[in-house]
Amino acid sequence: MSAFLIRRTVHSLIVLFVMSVVIYGLIGLMPGDPVDLMISADPNITSDDAARLRAIYGLDQPLWSRYVNWLGAAITDDFGYSRLYAQPVWQAIVPALSNTLILLISSLALALAIALPAGIFAATRPYSLADYGINLAAFAGISMPPFWLGILLILVFAVTLGWLPAGGTPDAAGVAGWWERLQFLILPVSALTIAGIGGHTRYMRASMIETLRQDYIRTARAKGLSESRVVLGHALRNAMIPVVTVIALDLGVLFSGALITESVFAYPGMGKLIYDAVMGNDYNLALVGLLMATALTLLGNLLADVAYAALDPRISYEDLDA
Amino acid sequence: MTSLKQIMFFAGLLFSIASFPLQGAAKTDLVIGITQYPSTFHPNIDSMLAKSYVHGLTRRPITVMNAKWETVCLLCDTLPTLENGGAKLEKTPDGKDGIAVTYRIIDAAVWGDGTPVSADDVIFTWEVGKHKKSGVSSTEGYRRILSIDRIDDKTFTLHIDRRTFDYNNISTMGVLPAHLERPKFQNPEAYKTQTTFDTDPMNPGLFMGPYVMREAKTGSHMVFERNPKWWGKAPAFDRITVRVIENTTTLEANLLSGGIDMISGELGLNVDQALAFEKRHGRKFNILFKPGLIYEHIDLMLDNPVLGDRRVRQALMYAIDRDAISKRLFGGKQPVAHTSINPLDWVFAADVPTYALDLEKADALLNDAGWPKKADGMRANASGEPLRFEIMTTAGNRTRELVEQVLQSQWKAAGIDIRIRNEPARVFFGETVTKRKFDSMAMFAWISSPESVPRTTLHSEEIPTEANNWSGQNYTGFKNAEMDTLLEDIELELDREKRKQLWSRLQHIYASELPALPLYFRANSYILPKWLSGITPTGHQFPSTLWVEDWTVGK
Repeated sequence: MSAFLIRRTVHSLIVLFVMSVVIYGLIGLMPGDPVDLMISADPNITSDDAARLRAIYGLDQPLWSRYVNWLGAAITDDFGYSRLYAQPVWQAIVPALSNTLILLISSLALALAIALPAGIFAATRPYSLADYGINLAAFAGISMPPFWLGILLILVFAVTLGWLPAGGTPDAAGVAGWWERLQFLILPVSALTIAGIGGHTRYMRASMIETLRQDYIRTARAKGLSESRVVLGHALRNAMIPVVTVIALDLGVLFSGALITESVFAYPGMGKLIYDAVMGNDYNLALVGLLMATALTLLGNLLADVAYAALDPRISYEDLDA
Repeated sequence: MTSLKQIMFFAGLLFSIASFPLQGAAKTDLVIGITQYPSTFHPNIDSMLAKSYVHGLTRRPITVMNAKWETVCLLCDTLPTLENGGAKLEKTPDGKDGIAVTYRIIDAAVWGDGTPVSADDVIFTWEVGKHKKSGVSSTEGYRRILSIDRIDDKTFTLHIDRRTFDYNNISTMGVLPAHLERPKFQNPEAYKTQTTFDTDPMNPGLFMGPYVMREAKTGSHMVFERNPKWWGKAPAFDRITVRVIENTTTLEANLLSGGIDMISGELGLNVDQALAFEKRHGRKFNILFKPGLIYEHIDLMLDNPVLGDRRVRQALMYAIDRDAISKRLFGGKQPVAHTSINPLDWVFAADVPTYALDLEKADALLNDAGWPKKADGMRANASGEPLRFEIMTTAGNRTRELVEQVLQSQWKAAGIDIRIRNEPARVFFGETVTKRKFDSMAMFAWISSPESVPRTTLHSEEIPTEANNWSGQNYTGFKNAEMDTLLEDIELELDREKRKQLWSRLQHIYASELPALPLYFRANSYILPKWLSGITPTGHQFPSTLWVEDWTVGK
């Protein structure tokens, strides 16, 4: 297992390196540069100023040269300076990352806590009224555009009822700050949770129905085990394998793809940070942000592989170690 | 069922109590919503409206343009002029016409840590500003200053290398606290990443305005509290929070739910959004519209032989009804532009040629130019080539796309075929406009300032080409010898009456030659609570926050 983990880590580092080249190249090939954006905001910038600023920011160098410089510095733990946020890249990323992780973990945990039991419940009563009801709710969740759901939640709970803040993050500190922070989190977490429940419920239901058709389930039932023991003790572990794959992929998508939710709720997270960095031509910030999204997807897949082994004793990485 | 209702009731009560501070902000606090977060807090690196807005609360420029569009002192005690002796004509060391301008900083002015604001601060700011590696965005103003004489702690004289009409306006020089910043400037190349404004932005010594910054959460909000060392009129609020909410729907929801008290006009809702808001919630708020200096227009590609014909350009103007666009789309809040000069600017010439909708004149001009109507109502030349143009703008800008569609249908009525091809702003401004790759028409806006000489957009030396590395902003390729002379003369003419005549001639050439089709001037929409008064929109680049001490809480 340890050799497998080491090999996967090395593979991940190679993928990250290749991705850094691709991302840097793609951002660099986009039209315009940061100085063009400065000129559009300040008519007083002369052509001499533009040339001077390009030299200061290293934009007069070829793209490959800029990348090599960045890579050389990154190896020594200097990931560069964010022009958009006027601070080192890590200082800009850490608060956004912590915001996103709180949002992501809360919404994913809640979504799974609701979706997995709902999917199992529906699978054990296929084509019943309860199954139809759960499917209907799941499809409603899948079909609802996140921006529309977000606005709906704001209108109901912030504007009409006045129970919760409409968006942003709190400015209080200490215990009051945590309580306020919780209030600010409720609506965005709810929006992401509702959006996630539908898909996970459907995956869980489909996987469980398939598993319940297996011969060993029939054997377990023939042995006289209770239905709950059959489902939870025998079927669930196998049924979870495809669901774990989907959850692992979701990690990366949620990390960088919560942009709409973050935008609607004015929540300063990684999705928004990466979007602003790409649009604002902040090469260093965009590159590190996107690499983190890649790293999280790779980590998710690695965790999924480990989870497979835990869920299914037939899956073993021992032979790979040999 | 009863128990469910009870649970719902108590849950509601709990949330209401918990969220009380958000809704019921006391009137000693003010929460402002804006749509942009500043990229840096350094006053002279990277020009940004969001930064100007929050600096209005915390800092004061030496001079500024007020709401009457007059240059006034904020940090100096008297505006130096040739008339009051504060400015004197002189020769530069190399014998050219120069000018010496003497300012005295208000005696009581101190930084937030108690250090006096001094002439040394101004001299240090100039040293940073003119240094090629300091990262300051625009150095032109600093480079024009040949030297600075330190008369005493509070008095200094600038020796400027030319005599321009705005010789006493140094509003772009954001004074830096030398006692904090000089050590950071030891290595000028590293200054832009080591400035105290970004490494320690809550340091009170950075501010000399009514407020100091107490908290800044990147991308989210900034909190300002009274500056105990403020030397001017005391402001009404103990604490001002500026919340950044880019999504305008969420911005509105925050206002309605009490999360913010007001939406800034400088960085808030578009006019069409504000008009819709006014219809729904106008009774609960005071809504102010202030036309400003953002000039929406269509740049014409004059290298295109069809558009190179002035008759065609004039016909394009006669064929559109900009008055109707202003009234129907913007409720008349965004006035029609006749040239790039705003009617609020004192140099505006009211007698310039104007172009009200007149299809007969458009018809005559196009017939004369060789573009008669065919049987299908569309126009073509003798070779059968259709009179067709491509219009481009920033994709996703709802207002511009709407205007584009209206113009397309109006031009169609005059027999002109218009094809729309929009691009994302990054591509449009990063490539198409700046490298003059548009075929016929590019719709966008210019940000200006009062009596700003449009040299970069109209002078023939400012046409971007590959040879000059695409520098300059004369994207239309307009070449007019008289215009070039006027642009050079206006800047150096000190006599107001003579200058006004030059400005008038410039506007007449612009309105008759039409290098661009003027559309309208954008307006800012301020959505304010009924209990707040004293906010005076300026309509130019200096934000209303510079006069925050005049904001008052009504009954």
